[in-house]
Amino acid sequence: MDHAAGMPVDPRVFEAMKPYFTENYGNPSSSHSFGASARDALMESREKVARLIGAEKSEEVIFTSGGTESNNLAIKGVAYRNKEKGSHIITTTIEHMSVINICKHLQKQGFEITCLPVDKQGMVDPGKLRDEITDKTILMSVMYANGEIGTIQPIREIGKIAHENQVYFHVDAVAATGKVPINVEEENMDLLSISSNDMYGPRGVGALYVKKGTRIQPVTQGGGQERGLRSGTENIPGIVGMGKAAEIAQGEMVAEGRRLSQLRDKLVKGVLDKIERSYLNGHPTKRLPNNANLRFSYIEGESLILGLDMLGIQVSSGSACTSKTLEPSHVLLAIGLAHEEAHGSLVFTMGKQNSEEDVDYVLEVLPGVVKRLRAMSPLTPKEMLR
Amino acid sequence: MNPRNVGEIPDADGVGTVGNPVCGDLMTVYIKVKDNRLEDVKFKTFGCGAAIATSSMITELAKGKTIEEALKITRGDVADSLGGLPPIKMHCSNLAADALRAAIKDYLEKKEANK
Repeated sequence: MDHAAGMPVDPRVFEAMKPYFTENYGNPSSSHSFGASARDALMESREKVARLIGAEKSEEVIFTSGGTESNNLAIKGVAYRNKEKGSHIITTTIEHMSVINICKHLQKQGFEITCLPVDKQGMVDPGKLRDEITDKTILMSVMYANGEIGTIQPIREIGKIAHENQVYFHVDAVAATGKVPINVEEENMDLLSISSNDMYGPRGVGALYVKKGTRIQPVTQGGGQERGLRSGTENIPGIVGMGKAAEIAQGEMVAEGRRLSQLRDKLVKGVLDKIERSYLNGHPTKRLPNNANLRFSYIEGESLILGLDMLGIQVSSGSACTSKTLEPSHVLLAIGLAHEEAHGSLVFTMGKQNSEEDVDYVLEVLPGVVKRLRAMSPLTPKEMLR
Repeated sequence: MNPRNVGEIPDADGVGTVGNPVCGDLMTVYIKVKDNRLEDVKFKTFGCGAAIATSSMITELAKGKTIEEALKITRGDVADSLGGLPPIKMHCSNLAADALRAAIKDYLEKKEANK
């Protein structure tokens, strides 16, 4: 149940991609019929992605190599292009590391960055965001939903505030891609980052929605593909895959979302009922349908992961021991958890392959793993070790 | 994952605690000493897989040894007995060795005080 780390490619997507590796391998920039076939595939895929996100024109969709690149193009592209107008950017403390590091990079170059804190459930307060806007603010970047704690932000409201103040609004929707319906027009967005793998498409491809009229400059220079905003010969098989994934997601998202929410709620309720001193991280209802982030007092995440892995269950954690930097998850710290609490967290991210039997199995074995680790921990109070 | 020697020794002769839950690692080692030998060694750990493994391993290595021999156990010994540790986890084996040393120090200080 660690789909956030990587999703399998849907077999239908894989089938759609195959011809473009060895048969239809034309370059969309070529004038002959081989190129035309690639151009058609490119156009069709662009339209499918545009439809998924409610973009008015399919040309507003730019293909990239993934969510990280989309974030780089959105934030740097707008920052550099608009720096005459202002140099203040507002973002939040729970953004993905790509957004955080891009902002840090811009800060070194003289941009002023405001990192708005969130509440205990990871929610942004639109009023507090409005208070941070100055006449030097050119961009706001707020994620649609957080992939770790699942909390979904009040995007429509934030977008409205951005537009009332002539500030560009970028939304990193990588974690939300294909899981919840997104509409860039209705939700007042100027830029939107989405990822292919997060909706069962191939890795290494993503997209950035750029609303018509947005002042932005490219980050990757070259032959001028993607309206000059993202040069480089297009990854046609990948793009075809992403288009197919978008088409499937659009058709199946609502039903699948309902199914996953039921599984998620069963898991969360089961854990909170069966295991003492367990807690849910993130908002209880405004959260991604497949995400359950739970924490357990007195024990540590990586040892939980290992314990569960031995029983055939794969999950993730926000503990320091599981991160490359040996720091606990910045998201868990941002919602006000103490370090020890952050260390004891587990993230379950379910997907198409998970069933109710899987949830039942987890509920059957998890209490035992937690109990064993608590017996080993010097932090566990004596009363719990009956 | 079947760590050995998990638990407390209620009437331990020496107790050593090292680490910090803020960092994600806390280890307590309990020792019982008879005729200058570590008759029994137990541990409790809040920490990752490597932390649990290293603290368990050090209790195995220390059991039955004299105080002097036990003090000579290094982090390298712990890591080697486990078949090696990835570099990012080596600090866990430090902690295990430190916890044992702290328990022995506690025992020696108590012994001094009781003279």
